[in-house]
Amino acid sequence: MKQIFALISGLIFGLGLIISGMANPAKVLNFLDLFGSWDPSLAFVMGGAILVTAPGFAWLTRALDRPFFDSEFRIPRKSDLEPKLVVGAAIFGTGWGLGGFCPGPALTALPIAATGTLIFVPFMLIGMWAARHAPDKPFSLKGATQ
Amino acid sequence: METAFTPWLSLGGGMMIGASAVLLMATNGRIAGISGLTSRIFARSSDGEARGVSALFVLGLLLAAPLWLLVSGDWPEQWVPSSPVLMAIAGLLVGFGAVFGSGCTSGHGVCGISRGSARSIVATIVFMTAAFVTVLVTRHLI
Repeated sequence: MKQIFALISGLIFGLGLIISGMANPAKVLNFLDLFGSWDPSLAFVMGGAILVTAPGFAWLTRALDRPFFDSEFRIPRKSDLEPKLVVGAAIFGTGWGLGGFCPGPALTALPIAATGTLIFVPFMLIGMWAARHAPDKPFSLKGATQ
Repeated sequence: METAFTPWLSLGGGMMIGASAVLLMATNGRIAGISGLTSRIFARSSDGEARGVSALFVLGLLLAAPLWLLVSGDWPEQWVPSSPVLMAIAGLLVGFGAVFGSGCTSGHGVCGISRGSARSIVATIVFMTAAFVTVLVTRHLI
């Protein structure tokens, strides 16, 4: 059951990205171009998403002890503002500004098979793989063999 | 390239993204963070179940555009930068940065902010700023 709902969630997410215009890098890059052909649409995407998610999450965790088909809500518990968080976000934001794709829209746009997308996605997966296997302290040799 | 301002479609699409995040949390107890789910498919630390659920969510994402084509008769409208070198570098930075920084637009920007997580608010401010600056530099200063 949980597998079916994971698939449906992904499908709704992808359709939301398409309808909102976020799966179109031209729109994303124009949102980021404050001093050029600015298109504020994407602020409405994030606003609309938070408008549903914030009350939804608050209600779920209050009303239910656990999810319908699993044993626990896996809510991230980390609270420290480590350098890794900021460095990662800065690197991610730079790439987002270059290509106009973040991970969800890139995967959603993959079947449309534009040349740029077909190049972007494999490199994104390589980057993800590298970060998953990178030691927590990238500058210490001690962690390099983990 | 100009794009039309679409407040209602964007708001509606955004609310669907939110509904998807709530549905995944309600049924699976997982955060709908795309970089987390995608990288969990091949992370060594994942158990089989986490891997399966993550892979199915990503499969759902991949099926959205074909379903759109089936219903409307056309692919969704898009324009994608075509420079291979630029897109390769962008892809590497996005994939590495999102996983290294524990999240992307969905995990931090939507789910994290909705939970009021200080980490996600900081990460979102940092990646938005970096993206605005990058576009300013590439479109207006170079």
